Amino acid sequence: MDQLAVSDVIIIGGGIIGAASAYHLSLAGLHVHLIERGAPVSGTSSRGEGNILVSDKPPGPELELQKFSSGLWAEFAESDLEFDIELESKGGVLLGTADGAMQALDGYATTHEAAGVQVERMDAKALYEREPNLAPGLPGGLFYPGDLQVMPVIAAFEMLRAARQHGATITAYTEVLGLEVSKGVVKGVKTTRGSVSAPVVVNCSGAWAGPLTSSWATPLPVDPRRGYVLVTSALPHVVRHKVYSAEYMDNVSSSDAGLQASLVVEGTKSGTVLIGASRERIGFDDRPRAEIVQRLASQAIAIYPFLADVRLIRYYQGFRPYADGHLPIIGPDPSVSGLFHAVGHEGVGIALAPGTGRIIAEMITNRPLSMDMQAFMPSRFN
Amino acid sequence: MTFQFDGRDIEFRPGQSVQGALVAVGVLSTRTTRIAGAPRGMFCGIGVCFDCLAVIDGQPDQRSCLTPAEDGMVVCRQEGTGRDDLGV
Repeated sequence: MDQLAVSDVIIIGGGIIGAASAYHLSLAGLHVHLIERGAPVSGTSSRGEGNILVSDKPPGPELELQKFSSGLWAEFAESDLEFDIELESKGGVLLGTADGAMQALDGYATTHEAAGVQVERMDAKALYEREPNLAPGLPGGLFYPGDLQVMPVIAAFEMLRAARQHGATITAYTEVLGLEVSKGVVKGVKTTRGSVSAPVVVNCSGAWAGPLTSSWATPLPVDPRRGYVLVTSALPHVVRHKVYSAEYMDNVSSSDAGLQASLVVEGTKSGTVLIGASRERIGFDDRPRAEIVQRLASQAIAIYPFLADVRLIRYYQGFRPYADGHLPIIGPDPSVSGLFHAVGHEGVGIALAPGTGRIIAEMITNRPLSMDMQAFMPSRFN
Repeated sequence: MTFQFDGRDIEFRPGQSVQGALVAVGVLSTRTTRIAGAPRGMFCGIGVCFDCLAVIDGQPDQRSCLTPAEDGMVVCRQEGTGRDDLGV
């Protein structure tokens, strides 16, 4: 591999977390060498729905990181980009689907208001005004104006392009085999195409962080959690917001290994409707399972009856990186000096990417952190 | 044996797809695009690109390259998504 210059930072992984880290580090003036084992953005970052939500996070450190990251998403969309990243401030609708749901949603909204999140309680009339195509008989829900949607693949490529413009080197189809460490200090990485040296290494290996770090001084407990997304034929404007049911949040925070399927639906600028969301812990098994497609489709039709007559053109699947304790792992490695981690974002990697990248850059350049990151520290696994 | 395409009788051989029969008589477009209204028709020919869509017997979004032609079938050009009735 041609090393044109000595790198300041090596980034392992070219998904959206690696791209956002490369972007913020390059803007901070460091020379970044990002190494991706496949095609850039070909992993989990290309398998989601583009969710940038405050609504799915109860008050706590992840919500605070989300608020910071959502602001950075808005800034990024306004920056000098070559392509439209399709950032939409469409807002989110959290549906009350069961009888007892409205009371629980009311309590949830109260905790969010106390945490500075804008939320509007909707009775049935308000709900159907917002989403006319919903099935009749729903009692209401919550509306979150702060929920956004983006096209993640274009956004990640724009981050990589901007990083390159600021001097970053992006190397694809090259796998990092291990770290080079001497006396507890990182010196670089070994790859399938030779060694690369740098005093700082950032691990952005996403769903593969478990296998990658298994032989490192502090292995990280990150496991893959498979999810499906169904794609309809292109339609006119039929679903106005991010729409999901409260069961979605129970499933996100659950550590259950079995199949969980809850409703998440949104439209896209191209007219397709994306339908999720499933969660299974089956390692990296990517064999198709018709039952999942059927369950997600049935759930979606129950909420949007017009979908019964709409053609599904395909589905795709990806592996969310599930970190033990369900908080992303962001910060310095407790054992190896110069090694940082930014992994374990489960289903919120897209949403938290700019915030993560910016915080990682602050940590590496010794600037004050934009927020308290104690809860995310890798040292909690030592 | 014939089916109708936008009111015109199209002859076909048994086992032929709607798309195959149309291409054989020089009809290359079965739909228009959502935004620019540009003509589209067969592209991959194997049912994965969703470019050859047409309204067949009242049903939009049918892949004409995969649909066997039937006597008396009514095929119409699909304008855009063919589902404007759903828009809100």
